[in-house]
Amino acid sequence: MRTLLLAIAALWLASCDRGVRIVLDEPFPKKLSEWRLFAGPLGKLQPAERVVAYDVNTPLFSDYAAKSRMIWMPPGTSAKYDGGEAFEFPQGTVVAKTFSFGNRIVETRLLVNTRSGWRGLPYVWNAEQTDATFEIVPDAVSMEHEGKKFQYIIPNVNQCKGCHDRAKRTVPIGLKARHLNREYAYAGGAENQLAYWSRTGMLTGAPQAGEAPRNAVWNDSATGTLEQRARAYLDANCGHCHNAEGPADTSGLFLTAGQTEPMRWGFCKVPVAAGHGAGDLRFDVVHGKPDESILLRRMNSVEPKVMMPEIGRSTIHREGVELIRQWVSETRGSCGP
Amino acid sequence: MTRNVVRYSVSMSRGYALLLMAAVVSISSCSSQKSGLQPGPGFRKALQEALIQAKPGDVIEIPEGKHDIDTPLSLSVDNVTLRGKGMDKSVLSFKNQAAGSAGMMVTSNSFTVEDLGVEDTKGDGLKVKGANQLIVRRFRAEWTGGALETNGSYGIYPVECKNVLIEDSVVKGASDAGFYVGQSHNIVVRRNRAEGNVAGIEIENSIGADVYENTATGNTGGILVFNLPDLPMKGGKQTRVYNNQIVSNNHVNFAPKSAMVAKVAAGTGLMVLATSEIEVFKNTIKDNKSYNVTILSYLTTGNPIKDTTYDPYTEKISIHDNVIQGGGDAPQGRAETIAKVAGTPLPGIVYDGVLRPKQADAQVCAQNNGDAHFLNFDAGNGFKKTSLDGAKHNCALPALTPITLPFGS
Repeated sequence: MRTLLLAIAALWLASCDRGVRIVLDEPFPKKLSEWRLFAGPLGKLQPAERVVAYDVNTPLFSDYAAKSRMIWMPPGTSAKYDGGEAFEFPQGTVVAKTFSFGNRIVETRLLVNTRSGWRGLPYVWNAEQTDATFEIVPDAVSMEHEGKKFQYIIPNVNQCKGCHDRAKRTVPIGLKARHLNREYAYAGGAENQLAYWSRTGMLTGAPQAGEAPRNAVWNDSATGTLEQRARAYLDANCGHCHNAEGPADTSGLFLTAGQTEPMRWGFCKVPVAAGHGAGDLRFDVVHGKPDESILLRRMNSVEPKVMMPEIGRSTIHREGVELIRQWVSETRGSCGP
Repeated sequence: MTRNVVRYSVSMSRGYALLLMAAVVSISSCSSQKSGLQPGPGFRKALQEALIQAKPGDVIEIPEGKHDIDTPLSLSVDNVTLRGKGMDKSVLSFKNQAAGSAGMMVTSNSFTVEDLGVEDTKGDGLKVKGANQLIVRRFRAEWTGGALETNGSYGIYPVECKNVLIEDSVVKGASDAGFYVGQSHNIVVRRNRAEGNVAGIEIENSIGADVYENTATGNTGGILVFNLPDLPMKGGKQTRVYNNQIVSNNHVNFAPKSAMVAKVAAGTGLMVLATSEIEVFKNTIKDNKSYNVTILSYLTTGNPIKDTTYDPYTEKISIHDNVIQGGGDAPQGRAETIAKVAGTPLPGIVYDGVLRPKQADAQVCAQNNGDAHFLNFDAGNGFKKTSLDGAKHNCALPALTPITLPFGS
């Protein structure tokens, strides 16, 4: 009896030792390697067993950083499908997003579902690219894009909450049906992510992929009309704050995919407490007039009091601005005299 | 705390005193773990770390000195106090701010900030969003270059808050409103000084505010009580404005053109816009060159209203027992347009007379305001029946209930 117990304990310990760490309370591991999310050398970013890589239809722009996304759930658990909001994930779930520029890995942001809810944890990679360290308030990093230097800002623990906030609770952003409903090139072949997650037991309650909502891919015209791609872009880049329960709810500008009222998208809507963000412009968006639209002015700026989003970028996303400019140019209507 | 313990020790034996000294040392070393912030290059990071790692009940002390902060600070832990050594002694300077909008952003309940100064933020000085129980005391937000359009918008900016106390504080140079309470409930704003802002003190889309014993001077507009469309919280009402000094708010308007307050005429003392149940009494309102007091409907702003659930009318306004003197002598902007019909100087109380369709009386009352005259400029009918007939508005309304806060005053 005693040996059996010991054997079970040993097994449990061993499996625990191999698998991803389950951390339900503080303190959090100081090093990224302690989470055991990766197989082999950390810098290769190869997912460990049962860690699943994923992608989203239209991502958040982050200074042209390349992003690698992964998720892990404790064995025997699964997420519950939701058609609109983020899926419901079991405690212990770890979501990892790693940001790189060329060959240089800069940071990995973890979102961990603890006993007290989701927590955002920034890990900053070392110069040797062998590991990353948990930093509550990371320093900015000097970076370059197309010959222009800029300060790449790694969000601090509070700033994680700044975006991942829904009615004062921290929540995942990208892990929604409309973002995940797309193909992914798995080792065993390409498959729709919702189908793969359902088939492997990661997700319950999901409909067929064809019946689930799907955002367009912002820069792929085969996936949607200009308006669909523009709305997908605004959903991913602005909607996490600009919704009725988000940090930007006070603005009354709601840019989530489910919002159907053009006034809430900004058309002929006067700005609220926008300060310098609005400049001399009268409306958030004016039909056919991108240059008279506050939305474009704020996307097309890196001035702290003008730019949107407020955090998460230090450069202008030219291609994103161009997409929204084109969309606004082609809309028709009038805001009156 | 330390001081109390030492004072006790005076009357005790030497041995006891030594013991107490030891206790004092251990207490102060304990609290220094929370507040052992050292001025210098690492200050910003250390302060932000302290704000993130704070536990409910903590006091974070800001040492004396001017501390350079280049990115916004944020706090989301409930029941934390941020305390400096005085609004001119412990100063967070955002002159070199490279990112972010607000200087300091708070999203937690039961927050107290006192004896601290914040200077030259790119955006707002202190923004507090969604908090229940907020105390801002002996706090200063200032743009040190004077009144510039490039200054940040709001000095002290609680929004979507409940139970707000702002007292003995100072805001100078905001390019929108110095003190701006928006979309909030149960508010006391008292004994503050608003100077050289576009709007001195603004209560917007809020329910239940007492604004008293403040000084608003040198702003474009002194005190504004607004209810605006397109915001999540509408139906702003029930504000008492009393015992304030609202004097010489004649600064040229330096707000960005799109801001609502860009429409406020330089020389506005008190403006009540599209709100109801407002009681204005025992104030000294003088030498505001456009108008000392003006009461308007949102329709008079000329802005289009796309918001179908918004009520643009102004009702149940009681202006009584104020000293209203001078002013109206050099009307600007919209006030100038009114003066072309009604003559200069404009009377002490200027009302647009806009009524709800089929409404006979909006209950806009003015009583016992000395020699101040009442002008109804009849904006709804193209200024046709402009009248100086104060008798029609010589009425009284029931006094509003004082605000009580759930914490000691």
